[in-house]
Amino acid sequence: MSDNLLSLKHVSKEYSGNKVLKDINIELKKGEIHALIGENGAGKSTLMNILFGMPVIHTTGGYEGTIEIEGKEANIKSPHDAMANGIGMVHQEFMLIPGFTIAENIKLNREITKANPLSSIFGKRLRTLDVKKMNEDARKALDTLDMNIDEFLPVAGLPVGHMQFIEIAREIDKTGLKILVFDEPTAVLTEAEAKNLLKAIKKLSQQGIGIIFISHRLDEIIDVADRVTVLRDGEHVVTKDVKDTNKYEIAQLMVGRKIEIEREEGINKNIVDETILKLNDFVVAMPGERVKGIDLEVKKGEILGIGGLAGQGKLGIANGLMGIFPAKGEVEFKGEKLPLNNPKAAIKSGLAFVSEDRKGIGLLLDVAIEDNITFSAMQINDDFLNFIGPIKLKDSAKIRNHANKMIKDLDIRCTSSMQEVGRLSGGNQQKVCLARALTLNPTLLLVSEPTRGIDIGAKKLVIDLLKQLNNEYGMTIIMTSSELAELRSICDRIAIVCEGKIEGILPPDAPDAQFGLMMSGSSNSEGSDA
Amino acid sequence: MNNINTSERLKTTKASTWLADNIVTLIFVAFTLFGFFVSDGVTVNFFLTELSSRFFRNAFLVLSLIIPVVAGLGLNFGIVVGAMAGQIAIAIVRFFELGGVSGLLLTMFLALPIAGLFGYFTGNLYNKTRGQEMIASLIVGFFANGIYQFLFLVVVGVIIKVPANHPMIKPDGVGVRMSVDLVSYEDGGLKYALDKIWEIPFMWAILILFAFILLLQVWKILRNKKNPVLYRYNKTTTLLYIILSVVMIGISIYAISTNSTLMMVRKVPVITSILIAALCLFNELILKTKLGQDFRSVGQSQHIAEVSGINVDQTRIIATIMSTIFASWGQIMYLQNMGTLNTYGAHTQIGMFSVAALLVGGASTQKAGVKHAIIGTLLFNSMFIMSPEIGLSLFGNALLGEYFRTFMVYGVIGLALGLHVWRTNKSNEITLD
Repeated sequence: MSDNLLSLKHVSKEYSGNKVLKDINIELKKGEIHALIGENGAGKSTLMNILFGMPVIHTTGGYEGTIEIEGKEANIKSPHDAMANGIGMVHQEFMLIPGFTIAENIKLNREITKANPLSSIFGKRLRTLDVKKMNEDARKALDTLDMNIDEFLPVAGLPVGHMQFIEIAREIDKTGLKILVFDEPTAVLTEAEAKNLLKAIKKLSQQGIGIIFISHRLDEIIDVADRVTVLRDGEHVVTKDVKDTNKYEIAQLMVGRKIEIEREEGINKNIVDETILKLNDFVVAMPGERVKGIDLEVKKGEILGIGGLAGQGKLGIANGLMGIFPAKGEVEFKGEKLPLNNPKAAIKSGLAFVSEDRKGIGLLLDVAIEDNITFSAMQINDDFLNFIGPIKLKDSAKIRNHANKMIKDLDIRCTSSMQEVGRLSGGNQQKVCLARALTLNPTLLLVSEPTRGIDIGAKKLVIDLLKQLNNEYGMTIIMTSSELAELRSICDRIAIVCEGKIEGILPPDAPDAQFGLMMSGSSNSEGSDA
Repeated sequence: MNNINTSERLKTTKASTWLADNIVTLIFVAFTLFGFFVSDGVTVNFFLTELSSRFFRNAFLVLSLIIPVVAGLGLNFGIVVGAMAGQIAIAIVRFFELGGVSGLLLTMFLALPIAGLFGYFTGNLYNKTRGQEMIASLIVGFFANGIYQFLFLVVVGVIIKVPANHPMIKPDGVGVRMSVDLVSYEDGGLKYALDKIWEIPFMWAILILFAFILLLQVWKILRNKKNPVLYRYNKTTTLLYIILSVVMIGISIYAISTNSTLMMVRKVPVITSILIAALCLFNELILKTKLGQDFRSVGQSQHIAEVSGINVDQTRIIATIMSTIFASWGQIMYLQNMGTLNTYGAHTQIGMFSVAALLVGGASTQKAGVKHAIIGTLLFNSMFIMSPEIGLSLFGNALLGEYFRTFMVYGVIGLALGLHVWRTNKSNEITLD
């Protein structure tokens, strides 16, 4: 047991009855680089939050199982405990204060101080900072990483690659660092910076530090890790030596579902060979979901799925088309140029959007169902209005009739059309969103994460509804979803987005591994023939 | 590892925001100069006398606002609560008819725990109203005013038995009078107890001040010679300071030696100046300590500070307590100079006025320093002196100038907050690159 730096034993965690981690066992040896891989929601972040003693874990009832560090059980209740146990973490978003110098950031809350007359009366916190010693220490840590940047300069304005290294330098500078966790460290780096980082990680592991490396980039894992653990839906799938496996296998393990995908073939699909929407070098600045120049063609009458991991930009496409976030590029819709950054024009031209942010921009929660359903149509198309001179009045009767029809058609469970939307369940709220989109009579329906946060029964209803719209009314649908299984059950083609670009377009019955590789951005190299 | 040229990185200061950063200050400079042009009744002597007495009255209060800004709490309108603590201490000391230097020290000593407690409560409130601290501080001032009035109007007399014939108690024996004479220090009171300990002529003070500034600039240059990268300084501003210092030293020496009319300007209270200088120094030195570093960390990012293990809530409470205590002392210094305690009115405006003064000095809700406080106090009070004069000479009515004062105070706060929001929005804007 003694060679295990860290062992997680039977670790489980549930958030309000929902098991997000089930019986995880991971061992980390001295000097080992242990990769952790899994889709979104597989439980990587939760696991790391447990390891780092984040308050989220302990305010929601703690976790089950034990964490042992060097054979001894450790009780990690706060980030401070984690640090005391020699666990360091390089966060995905940088924990750097821009206005501080590099040295100040490295020494954040671990400043070296010296006594002064006031501190002997009022206590430690009034001790003077020893800037010189702090700079020296910072210098030492930076030197370990071969960084020859001046430690007394402010962090603001540094390239991201440098910031990442400053984060690492901070962890190295902590005395007794044994375990270092990297959470998607290369996600924001350029290729050259990423290479440098991987080199540094290897160097650190040679000094005997155990490293947990979370990444979705399979190539990097193969390149740098000794062992890899795959998580899926909160379960520990497998831990393997990297030399005994290949990225094809890892990808398959990451995506593979036990449940068979049920898919009935479209009864009377009539996908015309006519392009309805054409994107050319489309760029969207959606924070956290940047789209970095994609080309995409959507055929009339098809359901196009857009999949990929979170943060890769799949959600940005629909939001950019609808003008919710700044976008540029060439978009041709129904043969005409679609004006960008103009939500009104987008809706007018025949696009309708069911947003992934249902409660934020999808619905007016305190307003009645009927008003929610007809709201956009009133604003954009002047439907449901009576005109008396220059004054526009709501046509309540027409609204009520339409709402009731929608409630019946979509089977929205509610007491009446006057009920507040906020009182409905997630599934029924989603149906209201759909009803509102349909009220606009769109030619192309954009649906983002339609089943997020709704229960299984409602999920099926929503999916069936989309299928029905497509089959019976020939409506073209672009469906964006994190749930690959869902996409594969109804889409005709599935585009996988990775790092802001379309990695590839697959038929729904392509093998698991191919999806996994594409989501990790390593589809164009060998391995897909295995 | 590829490295960026150090000197190139240091060049990234933007000149384009200079006007926006200093617009408030510029308006006030222009206003004061305009006042000199249009009104002929204002002599330099009158102006300087007024300005210096107002400066020594208010500077301490304005300085008490700096620490909360550094700690990310924004502009602490809640110093009103500190002022109340100071007034409670003054009332107690006045009631027992103590005074003089020892009485003043006792007042400050008494104010310390009261203000500390008030600061602790307001600090907790700010932690509960995270993100809305400024509004909370404004409202807490109004709320505390209610309790204060209850204390002074009802509790004194009903619960705390006081003799009805005491000069500060209302004739019916319940409540404190509207205005309480603090009794001149010569008669054993608090009036001028601090100011009159030691006074020197105005021009001597100018001489000492600018000699000090000159030395400071020389020290800066020498330090820069030793390590040019670590200790940077702005060449043009340093040069300006040196020129200004030399000119002012020349003028003061000339005035002293020829005993010109400038020597007639009211004398400067030395101990008050020293206390103000001490608070300036404290505000600077505290930033060099662990606590100060925590203030800055918390001020820049509460989240990062929290993750790094800094006790964010506690740090913010400490900042509030400090600010409240300094405000209580500032109010005591203010009142000993005024000579009368306007029991129900003296504290009500100081929050607004002090904040406005700090903003006029070029501070913002996120950045404030000693320099801003000093310049701000001078400019803001110049406006106060000039506005009735402008009203009189332009409209033949000094009262119009009074209205203008109010307009300027609230206008400045509004403008500064508006600029702040505008800038934050601009930096948060999502752009394609």
